[in-house]
Amino acid sequence: MREGGSAPLSRSAFRRSRGDGPFRYASTGAGILLLVIMAAIAVFLIARAIPALQANTASFLTELTWNANASEPKFGIGALAFGTVLSSFLALIIATPIAIGVALFISHYAPRRLASFLGYIIDLLAAVPSVVYGLWGIIFLVPFMRGPSQFLNDYFGWIPIFGGDQVVGRSMLVGSLVLAIMILPIIAAISREVFLQAPKMQEEAALALGATRWEMIRMAVLPFGRPGVISAAMLGLGRAMGETIAVALIFPATFTISYEILSANGNSIAANIANGFGEANDIGRGALIASGLVLFVITLLVNMAARWVISRRKEYARVAA
Amino acid sequence: MAKQIEVTDVDAYYSGHKAIEGISMTIDARAVTAFIGPSGCGKSTFLRTLNRMHEVIPGATVTGKIRMEEQDLYGADVDPVSVRRTIGMVFQRPNPFPTMSIYDNVAAGLRLNHRYSKSELDGIVEESLKGANLWNEVKDRLPKPGSGLSGGQQQRLCIARAIAVRPQVLLMDEPCSALDPISTLAIEDLIAKLKQEFTIVIVTHNMQQAARVSDKTAFFNLAAQGQPGKLIEMDDTTKIFTSPSQKATEDYITGRFG
Ligand SMILES: Nc1ncnc2c1ncn2[C@@H]1O[C@H](COP(=O)(O)OP(=O)(O)OP(=O)(O)O)[C@@H](O)[C@H]1O
Ligand SMILES: [Mg+2]
Repeated sequence: MREGGSAPLSRSAFRRSRGDGPFRYASTGAGILLLVIMAAIAVFLIARAIPALQANTASFLTELTWNANASEPKFGIGALAFGTVLSSFLALIIATPIAIGVALFISHYAPRRLASFLGYIIDLLAAVPSVVYGLWGIIFLVPFMRGPSQFLNDYFGWIPIFGGDQVVGRSMLVGSLVLAIMILPIIAAISREVFLQAPKMQEEAALALGATRWEMIRMAVLPFGRPGVISAAMLGLGRAMGETIAVALIFPATFTISYEILSANGNSIAANIANGFGEANDIGRGALIASGLVLFVITLLVNMAARWVISRRKEYARVAA
Repeated sequence: MAKQIEVTDVDAYYSGHKAIEGISMTIDARAVTAFIGPSGCGKSTFLRTLNRMHEVIPGATVTGKIRMEEQDLYGADVDPVSVRRTIGMVFQRPNPFPTMSIYDNVAAGLRLNHRYSKSELDGIVEESLKGANLWNEVKDRLPKPGSGLSGGQQQRLCIARAIAVRPQVLLMDEPCSALDPISTLAIEDLIAKLKQEFTIVIVTHNMQQAARVSDKTAFFNLAAQGQPGKLIEMDDTTKIFTSPSQKATEDYITGRFG
Protein backbone atom coordinates (compact mmCIF):
# COMPACT_ATOMS: atom_id res chain seq x y z
CA MET A 1 0.00 0.00 0.00
CA ARG A 2 2.76 2.43 0.87
CA GLU A 3 5.69 3.13 -1.33
CA GLY A 4 8.63 1.53 0.37
CA GLY A 5 12.36 1.83 -0.33
CA SER A 6 14.27 4.83 -1.58
CA ALA A 7 14.47 6.40 -4.98
CA PRO A 8 17.44 5.01 -6.92
CA LEU A 9 18.98 8.44 -7.35
CA SER A 10 18.95 9.52 -3.75
CA ARG A 11 21.88 7.45 -2.55
CA SER A 12 24.50 8.26 -5.15
CA ALA A 13 23.70 11.64 -6.58
CA PHE A 14 21.99 13.52 -3.77
CA ARG A 15 22.34 13.45 -0.04
CA ARG A 16 19.15 12.61 1.70
CA SER A 17 17.82 15.65 3.49
CA ARG A 18 18.15 15.51 7.23
CA GLY A 19 14.51 15.14 8.33
CA ASP A 20 13.93 12.31 5.92
CA GLY A 21 15.55 9.41 7.78
CA PRO A 22 13.66 9.53 11.08
CA PHE A 23 10.41 10.12 9.27
CA ARG A 24 10.99 7.12 7.07
CA TYR A 25 11.59 4.87 10.07
CA ALA A 26 8.61 6.29 11.93
CA SER A 27 6.26 5.76 9.00
CA THR A 28 7.57 2.28 8.23
CA GLY A 29 7.24 1.38 11.90
CA ALA A 30 3.69 2.66 12.04
CA GLY A 31 2.83 0.68 8.94
CA ILE A 32 4.25 -2.54 10.36
CA LEU A 33 2.53 -1.97 13.71
CA LEU A 34 -0.78 -1.53 11.95
CA LEU A 35 -0.34 -4.79 10.06
CA VAL A 36 0.63 -6.64 13.25
CA ILE A 37 -2.43 -5.34 15.11
CA MET A 38 -4.71 -6.29 12.25
CA ALA A 39 -3.21 -9.76 12.02
CA ALA A 40 -3.60 -10.22 15.78
CA ILE A 41 -7.26 -9.24 15.63
CA ALA A 42 -7.87 -11.61 12.74
CA VAL A 43 -6.14 -14.50 14.54
CA PHE A 44 -8.13 -13.82 17.71
CA LEU A 45 -11.47 -13.70 15.88
CA ILE A 46 -10.77 -16.81 13.82
CA ALA A 47 -9.64 -18.69 16.93
CA ARG A 48 -12.92 -17.78 18.66
CA ALA A 49 -15.03 -18.65 15.63
CA ILE A 50 -13.61 -22.10 14.88
CA PRO A 51 -14.89 -23.93 18.03
CA ALA A 52 -18.38 -22.54 17.44
CA LEU A 53 -18.36 -23.61 13.82
CA GLN A 54 -17.21 -27.08 14.88
CA ALA A 55 -19.97 -27.29 17.47
CA ASN A 56 -22.61 -26.31 14.91
CA THR A 57 -24.89 -29.27 14.26
CA ALA A 58 -26.36 -27.70 11.12
CA SER A 59 -24.81 -26.25 8.00
CA PHE A 60 -23.40 -22.77 8.62
CA LEU A 61 -24.19 -21.80 5.04
CA THR A 62 -27.73 -23.06 4.56
CA GLU A 63 -29.38 -23.34 8.00
CA LEU A 64 -32.19 -20.77 8.43
CA THR A 65 -32.20 -20.43 12.22
CA TRP A 66 -29.88 -19.00 14.84
CA ASN A 67 -29.90 -21.18 17.96
CA ALA A 68 -26.25 -20.89 18.83
CA ASN A 69 -26.76 -20.93 22.60
CA ALA A 70 -28.62 -24.24 22.64
CA SER A 71 -26.93 -27.41 23.89
CA GLU A 72 -27.09 -28.61 20.29
CA PRO A 73 -26.17 -25.37 18.52
CA LYS A 74 -27.86 -24.81 15.16
CA PHE A 75 -27.12 -21.68 13.23
CA GLY A 76 -26.68 -20.54 9.64
CA ILE A 77 -25.50 -17.34 8.04
CA GLY A 78 -27.66 -17.54 4.88
CA ALA A 79 -30.62 -15.42 5.92
CA LEU A 80 -28.43 -12.88 7.70
CA ALA A 81 -26.02 -12.47 4.79
CA PHE A 82 -28.96 -12.21 2.41
CA GLY A 83 -30.62 -9.58 4.57
CA THR A 84 -27.40 -7.61 4.90
CA VAL A 85 -26.74 -7.56 1.18
CA LEU A 86 -30.35 -6.90 0.17
CA SER A 87 -30.95 -4.08 2.65
CA SER A 88 -27.63 -2.38 1.88
CA PHE A 89 -28.11 -2.58 -1.85
CA LEU A 90 -31.66 -1.30 -1.57
CA ALA A 91 -30.37 1.56 0.53
CA LEU A 92 -27.66 2.24 -2.03
CA ILE A 93 -30.10 2.18 -4.95
CA ILE A 94 -32.38 4.61 -3.15
CA ALA A 95 -29.67 6.91 -1.81
CA THR A 96 -27.18 7.24 -4.66
CA PRO A 97 -29.34 8.93 -7.31
CA ILE A 98 -30.73 11.37 -4.76
CA ALA A 99 -27.27 12.06 -3.36
CA ILE A 100 -25.91 12.72 -6.85
CA GLY A 101 -28.81 15.06 -7.53
CA VAL A 102 -28.25 16.93 -4.30
CA ALA A 103 -24.50 17.13 -4.93
CA LEU A 104 -25.01 18.45 -8.46
CA PHE A 105 -27.52 20.99 -7.28
CA ILE A 106 -25.09 22.28 -4.70
CA SER A 107 -22.06 22.24 -6.98
CA HIS A 108 -23.55 23.48 -10.24
CA TYR A 109 -27.02 24.95 -9.84
CA ALA A 110 -27.51 26.65 -6.50
CA PRO A 111 -26.46 30.28 -6.08
CA ARG A 112 -23.22 30.53 -4.15
CA ARG A 113 -24.61 31.42 -0.71
CA LEU A 114 -27.33 28.81 -0.81
CA ALA A 115 -24.74 26.30 -2.00
CA SER A 116 -22.39 26.86 0.91
CA PHE A 117 -25.30 26.75 3.35
CA LEU A 118 -26.56 23.46 1.91
CA GLY A 119 -23.05 22.06 1.85
CA TYR A 120 -22.75 22.86 5.53
CA ILE A 121 -26.09 21.15 6.30
CA ILE A 122 -25.06 18.02 4.42
CA ASP A 123 -21.78 17.85 6.31
CA LEU A 124 -23.71 18.18 9.55
CA LEU A 125 -26.17 15.44 8.61
CA ALA A 126 -23.27 13.15 7.74
CA ALA A 127 -22.03 13.49 11.30
CA VAL A 128 -25.33 12.57 13.01
CA PRO A 129 -24.93 9.30 14.97
CA SER A 130 -26.78 6.39 13.44
CA VAL A 131 -28.83 5.69 16.55
CA VAL A 132 -30.62 8.98 15.93
CA TYR A 133 -31.63 7.81 12.47
CA GLY A 134 -32.69 4.48 13.95
CA LEU A 135 -34.92 6.09 16.57
CA TRP A 136 -36.39 8.47 14.04
CA GLY A 137 -37.05 5.46 11.82
CA ILE A 138 -38.89 3.49 14.47
CA ILE A 139 -40.86 6.44 15.83
CA PHE A 140 -41.72 8.25 12.63
CA LEU A 141 -40.93 6.26 9.50
CA VAL A 142 -42.38 2.89 10.54
CA PRO A 143 -45.91 4.24 11.10
CA PHE A 144 -45.57 6.74 8.26
CA MET A 145 -44.65 4.10 5.69
CA ARG A 146 -47.66 1.86 6.38
CA GLY A 147 -49.82 3.70 3.86
CA PRO A 148 -47.30 3.91 1.04
CA SER A 149 -46.30 0.28 1.63
CA GLN A 150 -49.91 -0.81 1.37
CA PHE A 151 -50.26 1.24 -1.81
CA LEU A 152 -47.22 -0.43 -3.37
CA ASN A 153 -48.55 -3.82 -2.39
CA ASP A 154 -52.05 -3.10 -3.77
CA TYR A 155 -51.06 -1.63 -7.09
CA PHE A 156 -47.60 -3.00 -7.76
CA GLY A 157 -47.94 -6.33 -6.00
CA TRP A 158 -47.46 -8.04 -9.35
CA ILE A 159 -43.79 -7.01 -9.14
CA PRO A 160 -42.36 -9.83 -6.99
CA ILE A 161 -40.50 -7.58 -4.52
CA PHE A 162 -43.72 -5.70 -3.68
CA GLY A 163 -45.74 -8.91 -3.42
CA GLY A 164 -46.77 -10.80 -0.29
CA ASP A 165 -49.97 -11.23 1.66
CA GLN A 166 -49.26 -9.11 4.67
CA VAL A 167 -47.74 -5.63 4.70
CA VAL A 168 -46.03 -4.52 7.90
CA GLY A 169 -44.36 -1.37 9.15
CA ARG A 170 -41.12 -2.95 10.29
CA SER A 171 -40.17 -4.31 6.90
CA MET A 172 -37.07 -4.72 4.79
CA LEU A 173 -38.14 -1.65 2.81
CA VAL A 174 -38.42 0.63 5.82
CA GLY A 175 -35.12 -0.62 7.25
CA SER A 176 -33.50 0.05 3.90
CA LEU A 177 -35.05 3.50 3.77
CA VAL A 178 -33.53 4.37 7.12
CA LEU A 179 -30.19 3.09 5.89
CA ALA A 180 -30.61 5.13 2.70
CA ILE A 181 -31.32 8.32 4.63
CA MET A 182 -28.38 7.55 6.86
CA ILE A 183 -25.86 7.10 4.04
CA LEU A 184 -27.25 9.81 1.78
CA PRO A 185 -25.38 12.74 3.38
CA ILE A 186 -21.99 11.08 3.21
CA ILE A 187 -22.45 10.12 -0.44
CA ALA A 188 -23.74 13.60 -1.25
CA ALA A 189 -20.93 15.32 0.64
CA ILE A 190 -18.18 13.39 -1.13
CA SER A 191 -19.86 13.64 -4.53
CA ARG A 192 -20.20 17.37 -4.13
CA GLU A 193 -16.49 17.64 -3.32
CA VAL A 194 -15.71 15.63 -6.46
CA PHE A 195 -18.05 17.59 -8.72
CA LEU A 196 -16.59 20.87 -7.54
CA GLN A 197 -13.21 19.68 -8.72
CA ALA A 198 -14.39 18.95 -12.25
CA PRO A 199 -11.97 20.84 -14.50
CA LYS A 200 -13.30 24.26 -15.55
CA MET A 201 -11.52 23.80 -18.86
CA GLN A 202 -13.72 20.91 -19.91
CA GLU A 203 -16.85 22.53 -18.56
CA GLU A 204 -16.16 25.57 -20.70
CA ALA A 205 -15.41 23.36 -23.68
CA ALA A 206 -18.85 21.80 -23.35
CA LEU A 207 -20.59 25.15 -22.92
CA ALA A 208 -18.75 26.62 -25.89
CA LEU A 209 -20.06 23.75 -28.01
CA GLY A 210 -23.57 24.88 -27.19
CA ALA A 211 -24.32 22.50 -24.36
CA THR A 212 -27.02 23.40 -21.88
CA ARG A 213 -26.06 23.22 -18.25
CA TRP A 214 -27.36 19.70 -17.89
CA GLU A 215 -25.60 18.61 -21.09
CA MET A 216 -22.41 20.20 -19.82
CA ILE A 217 -22.76 18.22 -16.61
CA ARG A 218 -23.21 15.02 -18.57
CA MET A 219 -20.23 15.72 -20.82
CA ALA A 220 -17.71 17.17 -18.43
CA VAL A 221 -18.74 16.71 -14.81
CA LEU A 222 -20.24 13.25 -14.46
CA PRO A 223 -17.54 11.36 -16.41
CA PHE A 224 -14.90 13.14 -14.35
CA GLY A 225 -16.76 12.49 -11.11
CA ARG A 226 -17.57 8.85 -11.81
CA PRO A 227 -14.73 7.20 -9.88
CA GLY A 228 -15.27 9.55 -6.95
CA VAL A 229 -19.00 8.90 -6.88
CA ILE A 230 -18.41 5.16 -7.01
CA SER A 231 -16.00 5.46 -4.10
CA ALA A 232 -18.54 7.53 -2.18
CA ALA A 233 -21.26 5.00 -2.87
CA MET A 234 -18.97 2.21 -1.69
CA LEU A 235 -18.27 4.07 1.49
CA GLY A 236 -22.01 4.42 1.96
CA LEU A 237 -22.54 0.76 1.19
CA GLY A 238 -19.90 -0.19 3.72
CA ARG A 239 -21.67 1.93 6.32
CA ALA A 240 -25.02 0.40 5.47
CA MET A 241 -23.62 -3.12 5.72
CA GLY A 242 -21.94 -2.51 9.02
CA GLU A 243 -24.80 -0.50 10.47
CA THR A 244 -26.00 -2.08 13.68
CA ILE A 245 -28.26 0.01 15.86
CA ALA A 246 -30.52 1.58 13.27
CA VAL A 247 -31.43 -1.73 11.68
CA ALA A 248 -31.52 -3.68 14.95
CA LEU A 249 -34.28 -1.31 16.02
CA ILE A 250 -36.33 -1.75 12.89
CA PHE A 251 -35.80 -5.17 11.39
CA PRO A 252 -38.17 -7.86 12.73
CA ALA A 253 -35.18 -10.21 13.14
CA THR A 254 -36.58 -13.10 11.16
CA PHE A 255 -34.56 -15.89 9.62
CA THR A 256 -36.13 -16.08 6.20
CA ILE A 257 -34.77 -15.54 2.74
CA SER A 258 -37.44 -13.61 0.89
CA TYR A 259 -37.48 -10.91 -1.75
CA GLU A 260 -40.78 -9.55 -0.48
CA ILE A 261 -39.53 -6.30 0.97
CA LEU A 262 -42.90 -5.19 2.34
CA SER A 263 -43.53 -8.31 4.43
CA ALA A 264 -42.22 -9.09 7.87
CA ASN A 265 -38.79 -10.14 6.66
CA GLY A 266 -35.58 -8.53 7.56
CA ASN A 267 -32.44 -9.06 9.50
CA SER A 268 -28.78 -8.45 9.00
CA ILE A 269 -25.50 -9.77 10.32
CA ALA A 270 -24.79 -6.61 12.27
CA ALA A 271 -28.33 -6.40 13.71
CA ASN A 272 -28.15 -10.04 14.75
CA ILE A 273 -24.87 -9.44 16.55
CA ALA A 274 -26.30 -6.43 18.36
CA ASN A 275 -29.45 -8.30 19.33
CA GLY A 276 -27.69 -11.48 20.44
CA PHE A 277 -24.31 -10.69 21.89
CA GLY A 278 -25.51 -9.76 25.36
CA GLU A 279 -27.05 -13.07 26.32
CA ALA A 280 -24.80 -15.30 24.21
CA ASN A 281 -22.75 -18.08 25.83
CA ASP A 282 -19.30 -19.07 24.65
CA ILE A 283 -20.42 -20.96 21.55
CA GLY A 284 -23.01 -18.28 20.87
CA ARG A 285 -20.35 -15.59 20.87
CA GLY A 286 -18.13 -17.67 18.66
CA ALA A 287 -21.01 -18.05 16.24
CA LEU A 288 -21.61 -14.30 16.19
CA ILE A 289 -17.92 -13.71 15.63
CA ALA A 290 -18.03 -16.11 12.71
CA SER A 291 -20.92 -14.11 11.26
CA GLY A 292 -18.86 -10.96 11.74
CA LEU A 293 -16.06 -12.49 9.73
CA VAL A 294 -18.52 -13.26 6.95
CA LEU A 295 -19.60 -9.60 7.01
CA PHE A 296 -15.96 -8.64 6.70
CA VAL A 297 -15.51 -10.88 3.67
CA ILE A 298 -18.65 -9.49 2.01
CA THR A 299 -17.44 -5.91 2.54
CA LEU A 300 -14.05 -6.85 1.16
CA LEU A 301 -15.57 -8.41 -1.95
CA VAL A 302 -17.76 -5.38 -2.55
CA ASN A 303 -14.79 -3.07 -2.24
CA MET A 304 -12.74 -5.15 -4.62
CA ALA A 305 -15.59 -5.09 -7.12
CA ALA A 306 -15.76 -1.31 -6.80
CA ARG A 307 -12.03 -0.97 -7.35
CA TRP A 308 -12.33 -3.11 -10.42
CA VAL A 309 -15.13 -0.93 -11.78
CA ILE A 310 -13.08 2.20 -11.17
CA SER A 311 -9.88 0.86 -12.71
CA ARG A 312 -11.63 -0.54 -15.77
CA ARG A 313 -11.60 2.92 -17.27
CA LYS A 314 -8.10 3.90 -16.21
CA GLU A 315 -7.09 4.64 -19.75
CA TYR A 316 -9.73 7.33 -19.94
CA ALA A 317 -9.13 8.59 -16.47
CA ARG A 318 -5.85 10.25 -17.42
CA VAL A 319 -6.82 13.89 -17.54
CA ALA A 320 -5.39 15.82 -20.45
CA ALA A 321 -2.44 17.95 -19.47
CA MET B 1 -21.48 29.54 -43.62
CA ALA B 2 -19.81 32.69 -42.40
CA LYS B 3 -21.23 35.85 -40.97
CA GLN B 4 -20.06 39.30 -40.13
CA ILE B 5 -20.19 40.60 -36.56
CA GLU B 6 -20.95 44.17 -35.64
CA VAL B 7 -19.90 45.29 -32.17
CA THR B 8 -21.12 48.60 -30.70
CA ASP B 9 -19.88 50.12 -27.47
CA VAL B 10 -19.35 46.95 -25.44
CA ASP B 11 -18.29 47.01 -21.79
CA ALA B 12 -17.64 43.87 -19.78
CA TYR B 13 -17.45 43.49 -16.02
CA TYR B 14 -16.23 40.95 -13.48
CA SER B 15 -18.35 41.36 -10.35
CA GLY B 16 -18.52 45.12 -10.82
CA HIS B 17 -14.91 45.54 -11.94
CA LYS B 18 -14.85 46.90 -15.48
CA ALA B 19 -12.42 44.86 -17.60
CA ILE B 20 -13.07 46.34 -21.04
CA GLU B 21 -14.72 49.57 -22.10
CA GLY B 22 -16.37 51.08 -25.14
CA ILE B 23 -15.35 48.56 -27.75
CA SER B 24 -16.83 48.95 -31.22
CA MET B 25 -15.68 47.12 -34.32
CA THR B 26 -16.75 45.18 -37.36
CA ILE B 27 -15.48 41.64 -37.77
CA ASP B 28 -15.51 40.65 -41.44
CA ALA B 29 -16.96 37.41 -42.70
CA ARG B 30 -14.59 34.89 -44.32
CA ALA B 31 -11.56 36.67 -42.98
CA VAL B 32 -9.17 36.29 -40.10
CA THR B 33 -9.20 39.03 -37.49
CA ALA B 34 -6.34 39.07 -34.99
CA PHE B 35 -6.52 40.62 -31.51
CA ILE B 36 -3.20 41.76 -30.10
CA GLY B 37 -2.22 43.71 -27.03
CA PRO B 38 -0.40 43.45 -23.72
CA SER B 39 -1.40 40.92 -21.12
CA GLY B 40 -4.47 41.84 -19.10
CA CYS B 41 -5.87 44.30 -21.63
CA GLY B 42 -9.04 42.28 -22.05
CA LYS B 43 -8.55 40.37 -25.30
CA SER B 44 -9.88 37.12 -23.85
CA THR B 45 -12.66 38.94 -22.07
CA PHE B 46 -13.78 40.63 -25.26
CA LEU B 47 -13.49 37.43 -27.27
CA ARG B 48 -15.71 35.65 -24.78
CA THR B 49 -18.38 38.34 -24.98
CA LEU B 50 -18.73 37.48 -28.68
CA ASN B 51 -20.19 34.02 -28.00
CA ARG B 52 -21.73 34.83 -24.62
CA MET B 53 -19.17 32.74 -22.77
CA HIS B 54 -18.27 35.72 -20.60
CA GLU B 55 -21.47 35.49 -18.58
CA VAL B 56 -20.68 31.89 -17.64
CA ILE B 57 -18.32 33.24 -14.99
CA PRO B 58 -20.22 34.03 -11.78
CA GLY B 59 -20.79 37.76 -11.44
CA ALA B 60 -19.67 38.58 -14.98
CA THR B 61 -21.84 40.94 -17.05
CA VAL B 62 -21.82 42.65 -20.45
CA THR B 63 -23.39 45.85 -21.74
CA GLY B 64 -23.55 47.18 -25.31
CA LYS B 65 -24.64 45.67 -28.57
CA ILE B 66 -23.30 42.78 -30.60
CA ARG B 67 -25.03 41.83 -33.84
CA MET B 68 -24.33 38.95 -36.12
CA GLU B 69 -25.84 40.00 -39.46
CA GLU B 70 -29.48 40.65 -38.56
CA GLN B 71 -29.46 39.01 -35.16
CA ASP B 72 -28.85 40.79 -31.87
CA LEU B 73 -26.78 38.29 -29.88
CA TYR B 74 -27.80 39.85 -26.59
CA GLY B 75 -31.46 40.22 -27.47
CA ALA B 76 -33.94 39.41 -24.73
CA ASP B 77 -35.30 36.41 -26.58
CA VAL B 78 -31.91 35.00 -27.57
CA ASP B 79 -30.78 31.79 -25.92
CA PRO B 80 -27.05 31.95 -25.13
CA VAL B 81 -26.85 28.23 -25.80
CA SER B 82 -27.89 28.75 -29.42
CA VAL B 83 -25.40 31.61 -29.79
CA ARG B 84 -22.62 29.28 -28.69
CA ARG B 85 -23.79 26.74 -31.20
CA THR B 86 -23.30 29.20 -34.04
CA ILE B 87 -20.09 30.75 -32.71
CA GLY B 88 -17.52 28.11 -31.89
CA MET B 89 -14.52 28.54 -29.64
CA VAL B 90 -11.04 27.09 -29.28
CA PHE B 91 -9.24 27.67 -26.02
CA GLN B 92 -5.67 28.49 -25.09
CA ARG B 93 -5.00 25.10 -23.58
CA PRO B 94 -6.23 22.07 -25.50
CA ASN B 95 -9.25 20.74 -23.62
CA PRO B 96 -10.56 17.56 -25.21
CA PHE B 97 -12.97 15.58 -23.07
CA PRO B 98 -10.59 13.15 -21.37
CA THR B 99 -13.15 10.42 -20.86
CA MET B 100 -14.21 10.41 -24.49
CA SER B 101 -12.62 8.73 -27.46
CA ILE B 102 -11.21 10.78 -30.33
CA TYR B 103 -14.33 9.99 -32.32
CA ASP B 104 -16.70 10.93 -29.51
CA ASN B 105 -14.84 14.17 -28.91
CA VAL B 106 -15.48 15.28 -32.47
CA ALA B 107 -19.05 14.03 -32.34
CA ALA B 108 -19.77 15.60 -28.94
CA GLY B 109 -21.27 18.83 -30.26
CA LEU B 110 -23.19 17.05 -33.01
CA ARG B 111 -24.87 14.75 -30.56
CA LEU B 112 -26.20 17.76 -28.65
CA ASN B 113 -28.27 19.11 -31.49
CA HIS B 114 -29.71 16.34 -33.58
CA ARG B 115 -29.97 12.64 -33.91
CA TYR B 116 -27.57 11.72 -36.65
CA SER B 117 -27.39 8.27 -38.14
CA LYS B 118 -24.16 6.37 -37.58
CA SER B 119 -23.09 6.86 -41.19
CA GLU B 120 -23.86 10.59 -41.17
CA LEU B 121 -21.88 10.93 -37.96
CA ASP B 122 -18.98 8.94 -39.43
CA GLY B 123 -19.02 11.25 -42.42
CA ILE B 124 -18.98 14.49 -40.43
CA VAL B 125 -16.33 13.22 -38.00
CA GLU B 126 -14.06 12.27 -40.87
CA GLU B 127 -14.68 15.54 -42.69
CA SER B 128 -14.02 17.58 -39.54
CA LEU B 129 -10.84 15.71 -38.70
CA LYS B 130 -9.68 16.22 -42.29
CA GLY B 131 -10.65 19.87 -41.96
CA ALA B 132 -8.45 20.09 -38.87
CA ASN B 133 -5.57 18.33 -40.68
CA LEU B 134 -5.67 15.53 -38.14
CA TRP B 135 -7.38 12.70 -40.02
CA ASN B 136 -4.22 10.96 -41.25
CA GLU B 137 -2.72 10.88 -37.78
CA VAL B 138 -5.74 9.47 -35.97
CA LYS B 139 -7.80 7.55 -38.49
CA ASP B 140 -6.53 4.22 -37.15
CA ARG B 141 -7.24 5.02 -33.53
CA LEU B 142 -10.56 6.81 -33.43
CA PRO B 143 -11.84 4.73 -30.48
CA LYS B 144 -8.80 5.63 -28.37
CA PRO B 145 -9.06 8.40 -25.78
CA GLY B 146 -8.38 11.93 -26.98
CA SER B 147 -6.11 12.57 -24.03
CA GLY B 148 -3.57 10.15 -25.51
CA LEU B 149 -2.67 12.59 -28.28
CA SER B 150 0.18 15.10 -28.26
CA GLY B 151 -0.59 18.68 -27.28
CA GLY B 152 -0.64 19.89 -30.88
CA GLN B 153 -2.83 16.99 -31.93
CA GLN B 154 -5.16 17.66 -29.01
CA GLN B 155 -5.51 21.27 -30.09
CA ARG B 156 -6.35 20.21 -33.63
CA LEU B 157 -8.82 17.74 -32.15
CA CYS B 158 -10.45 20.66 -30.34
CA ILE B 159 -10.58 22.57 -33.62
CA ALA B 160 -12.17 19.55 -35.29
CA ARG B 161 -14.67 19.38 -32.46
CA ALA B 162 -15.49 23.07 -32.89
CA ILE B 163 -15.90 22.98 -36.68
CA ALA B 164 -17.89 19.72 -36.64
CA VAL B 165 -21.02 21.62 -35.65
CA ARG B 166 -20.54 23.94 -38.66
CA PRO B 167 -20.42 27.25 -36.78
CA GLN B 168 -20.64 30.62 -38.53
CA VAL B 169 -17.73 32.01 -36.60
CA LEU B 170 -14.71 30.45 -34.92
CA LEU B 171 -13.09 32.20 -31.98
CA MET B 172 -9.57 31.16 -30.99
CA ASP B 173 -7.89 32.33 -27.79
CA GLU B 174 -4.14 31.93 -28.20
CA PRO B 175 -4.64 28.52 -29.80
CA CYS B 176 -0.91 28.00 -30.32
CA SER B 177 0.56 29.28 -27.08
CA ALA B 178 0.92 25.81 -25.59
CA LEU B 179 2.35 24.30 -28.76
CA ASP B 180 5.75 23.73 -30.37
CA PRO B 181 6.68 25.57 -33.61
CA ILE B 182 5.76 22.68 -35.88
CA SER B 183 2.32 22.24 -34.37
CA THR B 184 1.93 26.01 -34.52
CA LEU B 185 2.64 26.01 -38.23
CA ALA B 186 0.15 23.17 -38.71
CA ILE B 187 -2.51 25.24 -37.01
CA GLU B 188 -1.64 28.40 -38.91
CA ASP B 189 -2.00 26.47 -42.18
CA LEU B 190 -5.30 25.23 -40.90
CA ILE B 191 -6.50 28.75 -40.12
CA ALA B 192 -5.65 29.87 -43.65
CA LYS B 193 -7.73 26.99 -44.95
CA LEU B 194 -10.63 27.49 -42.54
CA LYS B 195 -11.12 31.15 -43.35
CA GLN B 196 -12.62 30.20 -46.70
CA GLU B 197 -15.57 28.84 -44.77
CA PHE B 198 -15.64 30.54 -41.40
CA THR B 199 -15.26 33.95 -39.90
CA ILE B 200 -12.22 33.61 -37.67
CA VAL B 201 -11.07 35.67 -34.71
CA ILE B 202 -7.74 34.82 -33.14
CA VAL B 203 -6.07 36.22 -30.04
CA THR B 204 -2.30 36.01 -30.19
CA HIS B 205 0.77 37.32 -28.43
CA ASN B 206 2.88 36.43 -31.39
CA MET B 207 3.27 39.40 -33.73
CA GLN B 208 4.63 37.28 -36.55
CA GLN B 209 1.67 35.00 -36.22
CA ALA B 210 -0.77 37.87 -36.36
CA ALA B 211 1.03 39.20 -39.43
CA ARG B 212 1.10 35.78 -41.10
CA VAL B 213 -2.47 34.61 -40.60
CA SER B 214 -4.72 37.63 -40.27
CA ASP B 215 -6.40 40.03 -42.68
CA LYS B 216 -7.40 42.56 -40.04
CA THR B 217 -5.66 43.31 -36.77
CA ALA B 218 -7.13 44.96 -33.68
CA PHE B 219 -4.80 46.39 -31.06
CA PHE B 220 -6.06 46.59 -27.46
CA ASN B 221 -4.40 48.44 -24.63
CA LEU B 222 -5.07 49.65 -21.14
CA ALA B 223 -4.15 53.03 -19.76
CA ALA B 224 -2.84 51.62 -16.48
CA GLN B 225 -3.13 48.55 -14.31
CA GLY B 226 -6.66 48.28 -12.95
CA GLN B 227 -8.07 50.44 -15.75
CA PRO B 228 -10.39 48.85 -18.30
CA GLY B 229 -8.89 47.73 -21.61
CA LYS B 230 -9.80 49.61 -24.78
CA LEU B 231 -9.57 49.12 -28.51
CA ILE B 232 -6.81 51.44 -29.69
CA GLU B 233 -7.05 50.81 -33.40
CA MET B 234 -8.15 48.27 -35.94
CA ASP B 235 -7.13 48.12 -39.56
CA ASP B 236 -5.79 45.91 -42.32
CA THR B 237 -3.01 43.80 -40.93
CA THR B 238 -0.46 45.14 -43.43
CA LYS B 239 -1.35 48.67 -42.44
CA ILE B 240 -1.08 47.95 -38.71
CA PHE B 241 2.31 46.36 -39.13
CA THR B 242 3.74 48.93 -41.55
CA SER B 243 2.19 52.27 -40.73
CA PRO B 244 -0.15 52.23 -37.73
CA SER B 245 -1.96 55.48 -37.08
CA GLN B 246 -1.47 55.35 -33.30
CA LYS B 247 1.83 55.80 -31.51
CA ALA B 248 0.91 53.15 -28.92
CA THR B 249 0.33 50.55 -31.62
CA GLU B 250 3.68 51.26 -33.19
CA ASP B 251 5.42 51.03 -29.83
CA TYR B 252 3.76 47.73 -29.11
CA ILE B 253 4.45 46.00 -32.43
CA THR B 254 8.01 47.17 -32.51
CA GLY B 255 8.45 45.71 -29.07
CA ARG B 256 9.01 48.93 -27.20
CA PHE B 257 6.59 47.84 -24.49
CA GLY B 258 4.21 45.05 -23.56
N1 LIG C 1 -12.43 35.23 -14.12
C1 LIG C 1 -12.06 36.50 -13.85
N2 LIG C 1 -12.49 37.09 -12.71
C2 LIG C 1 -12.14 38.35 -12.42
N3 LIG C 1 -11.35 39.11 -13.20
C3 LIG C 1 -10.89 38.58 -14.35
C4 LIG C 1 -11.22 37.25 -14.74
N4 LIG C 1 -10.62 36.98 -15.91
C5 LIG C 1 -9.95 38.11 -16.24
N5 LIG C 1 -10.11 39.08 -15.32
C6 LIG C 1 -9.53 40.42 -15.36
O1 LIG C 1 -9.97 41.07 -16.53
C7 LIG C 1 -8.90 41.80 -17.13
C8 LIG C 1 -8.73 41.34 -18.55
O2 LIG C 1 -8.31 40.00 -18.57
P1 LIG C 1 -8.19 39.14 -19.89
O3 LIG C 1 -7.98 37.73 -19.49
O4 LIG C 1 -9.32 39.42 -20.77
O5 LIG C 1 -6.86 39.73 -20.53
P2 LIG C 1 -6.06 39.22 -21.80
O6 LIG C 1 -5.87 40.39 -22.68
O7 LIG C 1 -6.70 38.03 -22.38
O8 LIG C 1 -4.68 38.83 -21.15
P3 LIG C 1 -3.67 37.68 -21.62
O9 LIG C 1 -2.99 38.21 -22.81
O10 LIG C 1 -2.73 37.57 -20.47
O11 LIG C 1 -4.47 36.46 -21.85
C9 LIG C 1 -7.68 41.56 -16.26
O12 LIG C 1 -7.53 42.67 -15.42
C10 LIG C 1 -8.04 40.34 -15.45
O13 LIG C 1 -7.44 40.40 -14.18
MG1 LIG D 1 -6.20 35.93 -22.56
